[in-house]
Amino acid sequence: MSTEIGSILSEMESSACLKTELTLGLPGGGAAPSKPGSKRGFGDMADLKLGVGCDRGDEVSVSTPPPSKEQVVGWPPVRSYRKNMMKSCKYVKVAVDGAPYLRKVDLEMYSSYEQLLAALEEMFTCLAICDVMNERKIMDSANGIEYVPTYEDRDGDWMLVGDVPWNMFVETCKRVRLMKSSEAAIGLSPKTSSNGLSMN
Amino acid sequence: MAYSFPEEVLEHVFSFLSSDRDRNAVSLVCKSWYDIERWCRRRIFVGNCYAVSPEIVIRRFPELRAVEMKGKPHFADFNLVPEGWGAYAYPWIAAMAEAYPFLEEIKLKRMVVTDESLELISKSYKNFKVLVLTSCEGFTTDGLASIAANCRHLRELDLRESEVEDLSGHWLSHFPDSCTSLVSLNMSCLGSEVSFSALERLVARSPNLRTLRLNRAVPLERLANLIRRAPQLVELGTGAYSAEIRSDTFSNLADAFSACKQLKTLSGFWDVVPSYLPAMYSVCSGITSLNLSYAAIPSSDLVKLINQCQNLQRLWVLDYIEDSGLDALAASCKGLQELRVFPSDPFGAEPNVPLTEQGLVSVSEGCPKLESVLYFCRQMSNAALIAIAKNRPNFIRFRLCIIDPQAPDYLTLEPLDTGFGAIVENCKELRRLSMTGLLTDRVFKYIGSHAKKLEMLSVAFAGDSDLGLHHVLSGCDSLRKLEIRDCPFGDKALLANAAKLETMRSLWMSSCFVSFGACKLLAQKMPRLNVEVIDERGPPESRPEGCSVERVYVYRTVDSRQRLDRPDFVWTLDEDSSLRYS
Repeated sequence: MSTEIGSILSEMESSACLKTELTLGLPGGGAAPSKPGSKRGFGDMADLKLGVGCDRGDEVSVSTPPPSKEQVVGWPPVRSYRKNMMKSCKYVKVAVDGAPYLRKVDLEMYSSYEQLLAALEEMFTCLAICDVMNERKIMDSANGIEYVPTYEDRDGDWMLVGDVPWNMFVETCKRVRLMKSSEAAIGLSPKTSSNGLSMN
Repeated sequence: MAYSFPEEVLEHVFSFLSSDRDRNAVSLVCKSWYDIERWCRRRIFVGNCYAVSPEIVIRRFPELRAVEMKGKPHFADFNLVPEGWGAYAYPWIAAMAEAYPFLEEIKLKRMVVTDESLELISKSYKNFKVLVLTSCEGFTTDGLASIAANCRHLRELDLRESEVEDLSGHWLSHFPDSCTSLVSLNMSCLGSEVSFSALERLVARSPNLRTLRLNRAVPLERLANLIRRAPQLVELGTGAYSAEIRSDTFSNLADAFSACKQLKTLSGFWDVVPSYLPAMYSVCSGITSLNLSYAAIPSSDLVKLINQCQNLQRLWVLDYIEDSGLDALAASCKGLQELRVFPSDPFGAEPNVPLTEQGLVSVSEGCPKLESVLYFCRQMSNAALIAIAKNRPNFIRFRLCIIDPQAPDYLTLEPLDTGFGAIVENCKELRRLSMTGLLTDRVFKYIGSHAKKLEMLSVAFAGDSDLGLHHVLSGCDSLRKLEIRDCPFGDKALLANAAKLETMRSLWMSSCFVSFGACKLLAQKMPRLNVEVIDERGPPESRPEGCSVERVYVYRTVDSRQRLDRPDFVWTLDEDSSLRYS
């Protein structure tokens, strides 16, 4: 909680180690340098959310898991109304060419393409994400078939997974299909900016 | 003297005064003017519901028709005010129900409103017309049903961004067939589906309907029918803007839009399917305000839409617009006055879109009327801020949020003091400023010296010492609201500027260096301030001397009693500095 910073700072004050140049470091050696001009990472800020109470003297209990970005209360200043409005439980079907049944994943559970592909790897155990000539590829290790991850967007177009920012992908993805590489060369529509005026 | 003018004449003259400032000035002239004015004042605005009591208001202004009030401090929006702090509307509603049978308007912001309050409103005022609840909470759709059912002459029901417990959409069907007076309906914050036929009939029988903001649950396929029934709409908020791509749906929608010749404002746009955006093109040249801040639309589609809206004055958008989209905005929309860019991924540490300080620089260059900005980004430089300041000396509101709260100038690694200094120095009319980034006491010195018209300042993770706070409190002549979090500001600056606090509406400080002792001293020195220590760790005096309080909220008040509705984590201190528990 952000109260901890206050506790740490006042502890420093009362123990007379407060100088004109304040740091937000922990007593006895801190994470953050005090010189103006040095970059304090966001991670550093969150690091300070450790269990120091005003009445607990100098003892610092360190929590080991890396602090998640949401730990600083109320930062960044985005209203919870807005956060809720942007949220959605985003279950999409995942099909793999040749697999007998589909799976469903909640895209909101992941925060990057890497995480999603890793999850797919787990779900479809025959698949593995391999590095082939510096390119991430999905392969079926049993028969050497390569797959290309594609998705259908809200316009109904089939797109290559990875082109748009992750958040936009989560918003606009309707379903995912791991397409066989051989088919992908013919099947994918080139990414057109949606003229959409095929309506008229 | 006053006797040479009959009262009726004075009253008639006063009726032309709409501004509170003018009316307040008039009340100070002499006793009889005070008396005449107070009997004919019809509207009041209470900026802080705890600054005055219902009894005092009712005693002074016996004939009010419209009340507007604000409750929780602004930082409550970001969860910095604990649940249960206060700002309850009920005591006001109950007192006014007795005193003002002819009350017509109630507008509340950041207050806790219960179903009981809503029911009381609906039953107490025969001529009730306007209910606006902005960022309020505490009520359910049952309360809305009371309003719909009982307010025969209802004109406005506006639930802007309130948190409503949504039990069902049935409340809408409580509007009787005889209700034809609706001018404005904003239900965008609700989740449940309402009966579409009830909604269509309501819209059809409301010839004066100017504002209709639907909720996400209204599908795109329904939108055409609704707006066909209300071609006189000036403000429209769509529901979910997605549907299967079908040419008949598209042309139906495009036709319906083309009939809306008066449309000026568009909002909503959840779940956008970009192919449907062109359906709106026929109205775009008349659009002055566009809120796309919930719409995940790729930059290219955004640009196509914006290029249609040459007369745009206000744009709210997500950072999906990218720097390139902002360049296009700068080129197309020369009348732009307000821009807000919200983060699509506020909690990601790495940038997810190519939106940087450059976008803001472009818009400040290209849009000569730009005066109000809210901008979230991940990097900033002094050079950019200086350029922006020189381009746009006409800024009134400048709110910058860099996602990493202590990010320095990314080019030079220096603090952003000079950049923000340029803003306050060049923008002489600046009324509101929010700053982020690596900032030292120097920036506060600049603010204190230059920001003479500044009324509201928001500061986070900034400054080095009390000197920073002192510069602001001693230098900013027009300051009304100051909110500070996580800054090394403490007792000295606060106590040295105690008198200043009575000239302001409020001061909020959380996670700073303010000691309980200083709070007590401040309360002693300044009897017309309420000094609230909001601390969830237990009684403040049980902690060692010099330990900082979690939060302190100081506001002026003419209500000399202590808050009776305090929760147990709020300590208020009165003149003899004895601690009051709730």
